[in-house]
Amino acid sequence: MSTSSAFNDEKGGSSSVGEPEYGHDPASGGIFSSDYKRHDDLKEMLDSNKDSLKLEAMKRIVAMIARGKNASDLFPAVVKNVACKNIEVKKLVYVYLVRYAEEQQDLALLSISTFQRGLKDPNQLIRASALRVLSSIRVTIIVPIMMLAIKEAASDMSPYVRKTAAHAIPKLYSLDPEQKDQLIEVIEKLLADKTTLVAGSVVMAFEEVCPERIDLIHKNYRKLCNLLIDVEEWGQVVIINMLTRYARTQFLNPNINESLLEEGGVGEKTFYGSDEDEDEDEDEKEKKAEAAALAKRKPYVMDPDHRLLLRNTKPLLQSRNAAVVMAVAQLYFHLAPKAEVGVIAKALVRLLRSHSEVQYVVLQNVATMTIKRRGMFEPYLKSFYIRSTDPTQIKVLKLEVLTNLANETNISTILREFQTYIKSMDKDFVAATIQAIGRCATNIGEVRDTCLNGLVQLLSNRDELVVAESVVVIKKLLQMQPEKHSDIIKHMAKLTDNIQVPMARASILWLIGEYCEHVPKIAPDVLRKMAKSFTNEEDIVKLQIINLAAKLYLTNSKQTKLLTQYVLNLAKYDQNYDIRDRARFIRQLIVPTEKSGALSKYAKKLFLALKPAPVLESPFKDRDHFQLGSLSHLLNAKAGGYQELPDWPEAAPDPSVRNVEVKESVPEWTKCSSREKRKEKKVEKPFYSDSEGESGPTESADSESDSASGSESASGSEESGSRSESEESEEASESEEEEEEEEEKKKKKQKEVKKTVQESESEQSSEEDRKHERKSKPRKSDTESESDEDEESESESSQSESEDSESEAEVKKKKKASEAKPPSKPVKKESKKEKKEMSLLDLDDFEPSPSPQVTPVNTFLSNSLVTDLEGLSLSDSVLAPATIAPSSALKSYELLHRITGEGLSVEYCFSRQPFSPDANMVAVQMQVTNNATTDTKNLHIEDVKLQSGMRVKEFPEIELLAAGETATAVMGIDFCDSTQAANFQLCTHARKFFVSIQPPVGELMRPVFLTENEFKKEQGQLMGMNEITEKLTLDAKCRNEHAIVQRVTTAANLSRVPCGSDKECRFAGRTVTSSSLVLVTVATKEEGAAQLTVNCEKMVIGTMLVKDILLALTQ
Amino acid sequence: MIHSLFLINHSGDIFLEKHWKSVISRSVCDYFFEAKEKAVDPENVPPVLQTPHHYLITVYRGKLFFLSVIQTEVPPLFVIEFLHRVADTFQDYFGECSEGVIKDNVVTVYELLEEMLDNGFPLATESNVLKEMIRPPTILRSVVNTLTGGSNVGDMLPTGQLSNIPWRRAGVKYTNNEAYFDVIEEIDAILDKSGTTVFAEIQGAIEACVRLSGMPDLTLSFMNPRLLDDVSFHPCVRFKRWESERVLSFIPPDGNFTLMTYHVSSQNLVAIPVYVKQNISFFETGSCGRLEITIGPKQTMGKTVEGLMVTIHMPKAVLSVNLTATQGNYTYDLATKVLVWDIGKLNPQKLPNLRGSLSMPSGVPKPEENPSLNIDLKIQQLAISGVKVSRLDMYGEKYKPFKGVKYVTKAGKFQVRT
Repeated sequence: MSTSSAFNDEKGGSSSVGEPEYGHDPASGGIFSSDYKRHDDLKEMLDSNKDSLKLEAMKRIVAMIARGKNASDLFPAVVKNVACKNIEVKKLVYVYLVRYAEEQQDLALLSISTFQRGLKDPNQLIRASALRVLSSIRVTIIVPIMMLAIKEAASDMSPYVRKTAAHAIPKLYSLDPEQKDQLIEVIEKLLADKTTLVAGSVVMAFEEVCPERIDLIHKNYRKLCNLLIDVEEWGQVVIINMLTRYARTQFLNPNINESLLEEGGVGEKTFYGSDEDEDEDEDEKEKKAEAAALAKRKPYVMDPDHRLLLRNTKPLLQSRNAAVVMAVAQLYFHLAPKAEVGVIAKALVRLLRSHSEVQYVVLQNVATMTIKRRGMFEPYLKSFYIRSTDPTQIKVLKLEVLTNLANETNISTILREFQTYIKSMDKDFVAATIQAIGRCATNIGEVRDTCLNGLVQLLSNRDELVVAESVVVIKKLLQMQPEKHSDIIKHMAKLTDNIQVPMARASILWLIGEYCEHVPKIAPDVLRKMAKSFTNEEDIVKLQIINLAAKLYLTNSKQTKLLTQYVLNLAKYDQNYDIRDRARFIRQLIVPTEKSGALSKYAKKLFLALKPAPVLESPFKDRDHFQLGSLSHLLNAKAGGYQELPDWPEAAPDPSVRNVEVKESVPEWTKCSSREKRKEKKVEKPFYSDSEGESGPTESADSESDSASGSESASGSEESGSRSESEESEEASESEEEEEEEEEKKKKKQKEVKKTVQESESEQSSEEDRKHERKSKPRKSDTESESDEDEESESESSQSESEDSESEAEVKKKKKASEAKPPSKPVKKESKKEKKEMSLLDLDDFEPSPSPQVTPVNTFLSNSLVTDLEGLSLSDSVLAPATIAPSSALKSYELLHRITGEGLSVEYCFSRQPFSPDANMVAVQMQVTNNATTDTKNLHIEDVKLQSGMRVKEFPEIELLAAGETATAVMGIDFCDSTQAANFQLCTHARKFFVSIQPPVGELMRPVFLTENEFKKEQGQLMGMNEITEKLTLDAKCRNEHAIVQRVTTAANLSRVPCGSDKECRFAGRTVTSSSLVLVTVATKEEGAAQLTVNCEKMVIGTMLVKDILLALTQ
Repeated sequence: MIHSLFLINHSGDIFLEKHWKSVISRSVCDYFFEAKEKAVDPENVPPVLQTPHHYLITVYRGKLFFLSVIQTEVPPLFVIEFLHRVADTFQDYFGECSEGVIKDNVVTVYELLEEMLDNGFPLATESNVLKEMIRPPTILRSVVNTLTGGSNVGDMLPTGQLSNIPWRRAGVKYTNNEAYFDVIEEIDAILDKSGTTVFAEIQGAIEACVRLSGMPDLTLSFMNPRLLDDVSFHPCVRFKRWESERVLSFIPPDGNFTLMTYHVSSQNLVAIPVYVKQNISFFETGSCGRLEITIGPKQTMGKTVEGLMVTIHMPKAVLSVNLTATQGNYTYDLATKVLVWDIGKLNPQKLPNLRGSLSMPSGVPKPEENPSLNIDLKIQQLAISGVKVSRLDMYGEKYKPFKGVKYVTKAGKFQVRT
């Protein structure tokens, strides 16, 4: 950009906004030259080497942007800093870039490569932010790059990156709508995502890009319903609104059978008299549809999916977010059976306590609802009472709601309330109140006279506005039964002397003209007065004077002929052409002349025809054809992008489209529908679902232990696991007693009690731990067939420790209490090399195995016949890698804690054995221990929740696990070469536990044997982007070859590749699913320095592996 | 969704603008200024305005207008709720939400807005998450930053957004672990001239200040949960536990937050803590009026009523007042016609009384309406509904926190009609 244009821009920018500069702006003079200089100054700062100067400069620039000043001439200087190391400078540069990239497209392209690099970063947050900025740069030329980035990010392992991808979709769409088809594919993919983080954002993208593709939702409908409660608030709003529309197209009207009754007792509807004409068609249509439906179908049965939606949204009425509450309310209003809609009233009334803007929107919606479903808000009538401090718009809306709620029983209360409102200082509000009284009077016959009298009294009010409004309303009321009220008309005729408000004068004149037969004496006199003041009247009044004259001429021509002529003559020369036209027209019509046409015969009929009484109706009538809660509803006009709420279908579309192929999810659903609510709670947040599962009603009454287990599972705390049940109940009873006491006292005491209890607890538990530690090693390595006694003796002998002479029973008890302890786990899987005594034990109970690795597997498998066979069949094939790969300790992880699992504890480890039923799966060994006092039956897996592409092979059901018994099982999981967790439910005959398995990256591969030459060849093909090199300093204990091999193979399931040089260790493996080669090289140098190189096609796997191995070698 | 945001001060200057999509000229605000002119009171400006190409949704907070520009259909409450959340965040960060503070921290504000919305759709709105990304300014930090050239942007990217508990940041550590809960109840009431209750209800909220290390899991139970008729929760509360057991079970966010709000069922009679005897009359002749107000205790459950204050919006015609108060001071703002009588503590032995005359310009007809009285009061250590927290337990962490519960009753929208 040339300097002169920059100069001009700046000038324009700063002079158009006459705002004071900020204090820290050095050149706040506002003189052009200094402005120009200031930017030079900023450029200098941006070019400097110091981050602090850059930061200062960027801060000033951002402040300029915030004030709406032009800073575009700084673009080249700023964009250079896009790769700055300082994170805050970087962030501010991003802000700048997003703002000005559109204007300086060419220069903006300079920054693109930085983001492309960022997209490959191992840190998910950097990947996400790179995508976010890249997609926010509105430069058409990078559309293909964005498309590529979005596609890639949509299959990223990190849900956070996928969420960002979902956000980027509408951005790209607005930039280039031609990408729609490709974007829909991405949306379809992301819709299948099972994480709560992504759900809200992708539905948002769906709504912006392809709201018409309702078919994309079918497969995801149930998932979305189930996830809903755990999605963040904003996502909930979008999803609920979308699902409302979806449900309208897929389910039947739940009120279809009730509509007959409804129409029979339309009592309420008759108040809105004029509805009849318009409603008739509608009603007829409804009736037909319903008759047809009744003929065809047996009584209405709600689709279970429809029920699912209603049930899963209901708890969200308790949200703190008004938008969520409103979204649920509108969903219920549009979708729920009539009997159930009532639940939303309470929540909506609660929102009336919120900010006035919230009240404004909520009241608009309540007003619409009260017309259709008055009953549900009637109990909350008083919540709509008006305070003098409410803003006027709120007052008027409340008034509207009160009027809609009025019926025979509450009208007296409401009218009394209205009386106080009429005295308000806020005159607009008073006028609205008078209108409201008029509407109550028309709607409720009994109070019509009372209202009319009240209004007539208002005619003597000092405030003209009040009087005028009353006149207008009275006019409307009188039209209903004029003959009874000639005295009121007389009274009003007198008012013409005083009232100046044109609308009121016009109303009075019209009334007198219309009912001149009731006031034959007064009417001509009024006309006389009006004729006198004709020239000074407002136009609407003039028109009514002409009307009055014409009517009087027709009924009482003797008295008024001359007056009429006079008025018409005045009108003839009026400035307003409407009035001149009217005068000419009326003269032709009523004054008989020889030329007068056929029409004049009918003049009387034309003018004095009986006019139907006007209907005072709510402005909110019929607004419900807009989706409630929408902007369009609020404005009562279709806003851009508004999606019509479709009518219910006459016949439901095929419900089976919502069935999901994945085997597991179908049973999940069918069960859900029949079970109690809590079962549907979703698994995505393992933490929450856990505790929710436990807090269900089937739970024992002992809530204390219940909550304890919930929280422990949450924090995954190990220590508290040793708390015994009795201690807990003890504590509970303690505190219950205290409840009666004074609060402060209570707290103190409680603290003390807790302290002592916990202290004793911890002592006890640590003691137990120690004992257990000693025992667990041998016990774990035993097979099930052995008796406890054997175990005991063996452990004693093998450990050559003088065991204390505890009785058998005691030992058992201890074992139970401590079985679930995770720390004891790794020990048992330790290989023979480290623990000689263990291999001895193994030899005892199993045939000698050449492979050290096989041993633990077989011991685990021995429980079930099938897996047993698997284990045997494996032992041969295992031989080869086993000789190459040095044995390493298998790490075990906790799947289910003893407390959470109510006595059932499960641990798992990656056995590193090929999973024979499916080679693409990673074998996961589970050890299930029943610590409870009762037997556990039918242990199996259910309800598997997986990322797309992942698969699970369940272990065969364990039919019976007696108290104190331990069983092992093997399941296979295809992780699709990603570290995403597999979530599933572990079910027993009585309970279900939500658990998840997340593999370390090192377990996603299997060892392969390569020669040195093969290794080098393969490595040569995986250079460049596929190679990651990292320098490191080896841990002091890990400087010999053996230790390095040991640590690397522990971290990842790789095999050693023979190597000529002793300075290098090489390892090779393939990923389990895609068989991509993984090559690892550790080259050692002096002083513990080393270099780690990983070559892998899958870059993400590579980067994660580098991290893991690095960690293993440096600690 | 939300296209742009303009912050406008009381006098109609746009002092900050932020665009999440392409730039929209600030001239779009002219439609708003027009509506603002029309509405005398800033509170009366319609929150939603339609212009030929855009929709404007505005909230009014702390004498500032937050004006958002919308281009397509979006639930208005969605935008309103979000704008209030923005204001709440400013309040949380800077202690107040005012023009001066926003101008002083314009860069932080801009960074916050950048994080809160992505392409107009809310991204991070939890204060715990935001604070990890953008540290709130403190005096100490600003001194350190100026000396060292450090920044207030977090070096580490936040973990909260990725966890299952997005409202709590990880790795919280305190030397003093404490959890305080304030049960605050407000009485909303309308009393008529004779002192009878037209309408009364109790709205309560539990404000929490939790400073606990690690990942504590708290359970709070009530003596009488049945009293609570309608509730709404912070997202951290496990709704199922509430439904089945009527206890609040949650992992709290770090710092201050509103745990729940509740409504006490309207079947229960609401105790009205004070009675008001008032007589305000205007004479037909002589262009003056009389005012006399006496306040006394009614159902105070043996506690003292504090912070008593009466606010009256006088009719426009009242020029000046000449009153004497037996207790406290009164002020009369001639411009806004608001009479404020600040009483303080209510002494049951000697009831506060305010009396005197109101003067009006001669010739003006007497006002139609008597002004209504807005009462403000506070009662410490009392939840007027009788709600009581029975116990608070913590699981998941080993230390012993210091726990405290405080009760306060206040007058909410408490109005006496005359």
